[in-house]
Amino acid sequence: MAAKSNLVNMVACLFGVCLVCAAVLGSVYAVTKAPIEAAAAAEAQAAIAKVLPEGGQISEGEAALPEGVLAYYEQAGPDGVAAYAVKTVASGFGGPLMLMVGVLPDGTVYNTSVLSHSETPGLGAKCAEEGSHFRTQWQNFAGKFAVKKDGGDIDAITASTITSRAYTKAVAQAVALVKGFHGEEMTVTDASTGASVKSKEE
Amino acid sequence: MANKLSIITKGLLKENPTFVLVLGMCPTLATTTSAMNGLEMGLATMFVLILSNIVISLIAPIVPDKVHIPVYIVVIATFVTLLELLMKAYTPDVYRTLGLFIPLIVVNCIILGRAEAFASKNGLLDSALDGIGIGIGFTLALTAIGIVREILGSGAVFGWKFLPGDGALAFVMAPGAFLVLGYLMVLFNKIAKKQ
Repeated sequence: MAAKSNLVNMVACLFGVCLVCAAVLGSVYAVTKAPIEAAAAAEAQAAIAKVLPEGGQISEGEAALPEGVLAYYEQAGPDGVAAYAVKTVASGFGGPLMLMVGVLPDGTVYNTSVLSHSETPGLGAKCAEEGSHFRTQWQNFAGKFAVKKDGGDIDAITASTITSRAYTKAVAQAVALVKGFHGEEMTVTDASTGASVKSKEE
Repeated sequence: MANKLSIITKGLLKENPTFVLVLGMCPTLATTTSAMNGLEMGLATMFVLILSNIVISLIAPIVPDKVHIPVYIVVIATFVTLLELLMKAYTPDVYRTLGLFIPLIVVNCIILGRAEAFASKNGLLDSALDGIGIGIGFTLALTAIGIVREILGSGAVFGWKFLPGDGALAFVMAPGAFLVLGYLMVLFNKIAKKQ
């Protein structure tokens, strides 16, 4: 039968159980620490490699970051930086939309990829589908950063204008950063506040 | 032997955690967007359930009554954290889909419920069998809900797409989870009652 519930018993029992549990967790943590870090690093590397041309050493950039840019990486080329990978975020329909954007030094978008999003399944979430028209149009894109509805060159995802605008803004932020490195000015227009009166996803 | 077997089978039918006991609804509704997600969540819960049942059946006799709940929760939380670390390290892809719901296994009523109702009163073997039975019952229920939602919502089963197009979007989102759960519960209880 259960031990008597006096103070000493209770304290001793809780202490003992917590001690054993802490010891178990501590040792498992020590064992899994390296694999977890390796997995996270591999994931980050894969995300960067996906949006950049092949080859070249990749290193993290150290310049000051503007709003919306979380980090950027430089890929070394024969003369200076061959391409940049920029981790950028914008407010989507359901929450932050985080992208990795590969940008060439002249400001051309090389490729984009979605790191995390919380858009509506079946609507805005289509922005994460590889190979869709919305995604392929970004490859080697050098047009006007706005959806066609707002006078730009981007075909929005059907019924997901807010998501498309956020995606466009995130990519524009990345390009603006790279252009800034090369002495060009570029302003990122926020269509979601400028043009959108409707707060609902159309 | 028949007795031991019945401990397992009751978790599948008579005391199915999802359709009969209606416990652990949070992960049931949230993670069953596809058959694979449901299956993985079920297996993760089963892992914790079996281990916590075993440990609790062993320590129950020496745990003072007044602190038994905190002790059980510490044990359960330890196994959940263990699972989380292992998944992060060795199956990062699965962890990415289920991530948020793994820590929530700690407060899944099925696990504390079985600890209280079964493991604390029974021996090691019976408790382990109970964990297996309830765990399989939970896994099957989640997978079933996931299969129905995936078929109706995306026209696919276990990622294998057999219908072009998108399917009924509502089934991928929360309302579909309630609908499918409700109808499966009716169906399950109807069949179970006939036997």
